[in-house]
Amino acid sequence: MTQDEHKEGFKGMANPSRYGIERVAYWLMRLSGLGLLAYFIGHIYETSNILRGRVGWNEFLELTQTTEGHIVLAIVIAMCVFHTVNGIRVMLGHGGVGVGKPARPDYPYDPASQNYRHKIGIYSAIILAAIAMMYGLAVMFGE
Amino acid sequence: MAQVSDVADNQYSRTKTLRIARYNPEKDSEKQFMEFSVPVEKWTTVLETILNVKQHQDHSVGVRYSCRQATCGSCGMIINGKPRLACFTKVSELDSDVVTVEPMNNFPIIRDLAVKFERLFDTHHKIKPYLDRDDTELESDAKEFLQSPEELEQYIQFANCIKCGLCNSACPTMATDSSFVGPQALAQAYRYVADSRDKGKDSRLKIIDESHGIWRCHFAGSCSQVCPKGVDPAMGIQLLRGYMLGFKS
Repeated sequence: MTQDEHKEGFKGMANPSRYGIERVAYWLMRLSGLGLLAYFIGHIYETSNILRGRVGWNEFLELTQTTEGHIVLAIVIAMCVFHTVNGIRVMLGHGGVGVGKPARPDYPYDPASQNYRHKIGIYSAIILAAIAMMYGLAVMFGE
Repeated sequence: MAQVSDVADNQYSRTKTLRIARYNPEKDSEKQFMEFSVPVEKWTTVLETILNVKQHQDHSVGVRYSCRQATCGSCGMIINGKPRLACFTKVSELDSDVVTVEPMNNFPIIRDLAVKFERLFDTHHKIKPYLDRDDTELESDAKEFLQSPEELEQYIQFANCIKCGLCNSACPTMATDSSFVGPQALAQAYRYVADSRDKGKDSRLKIIDESHGIWRCHFAGSCSQVCPKGVDPAMGIQLLRGYMLGFKS
């Protein structure tokens, strides 16, 4: 990528503010995907501590029993739920399911592919993620 | 009644600030903005304000335009942060005292607001934008290729593309991937795949079935939101992918 190409670059790709809820979902999908990847790597490292025996395992596990650890786990729950629900929506869309049918467009040209089904899917993913996160926080901090 | 309307129109007349991005790749190291005061009425388009600047204040502003009626696809640019056609965007609908115009993203800049379209035309050409079949309607004893209204409906929406490049400018994949085919070309691939007269479906699908082809689209939908002709490239791309995944025959 060079200046000559005048690419918008990562800053433009990651800017969720200009193109409605669909672009927000695109951004959250990438963010939650990267977050889950980071968690997955951390999880492998965490479980590898079993090789240090029971004491080593318990020592490391205590990290997740702190306030910060609970908040991180709650965010992981939210990312997991959003990525799953929105992923199902996107997979169906990728197969051409629920994206509308071709038809002669009429002004003001509202795109049929950005229809209410997909909007409901996006808002559902966000709401379910928020509910799951709050439930997780209630369980972890309610001990 | 006409007098009332005239009064209302006159009440709208005002001066707005037009910020134009200036950049000459042969001389400048970075983009700079110049501000101009321009008179606007409620029907004034952004293109008209730019032409006003060229006529009365600075004739060196570089801009490409032609038809002034959203048909030629020449005057695409970033207006207040979003890709739009300057001739199809009224200043009044922007609801802002400052109108900022910049060259479209993801296209090399020629000068100021004018960008190069070579890559868009290359990718458009790559997907074979014509009926691909051995016979032709042009032979003397041939009959025209008949098509029902229902068959026409399958692709006519996508035939409205004016190749303005706004979809490629809004696409988040185009923002980072220099080799991506882009929503314009992919939507046109669907336009011909869905045409009952076309026989080149398999070869066309093979062209876009590559690492920087259709699989790099992540259905962000920004292309469809900025299309000034209602083409809905996102729908075309997903339907095309439906063909490739076996959801459609």
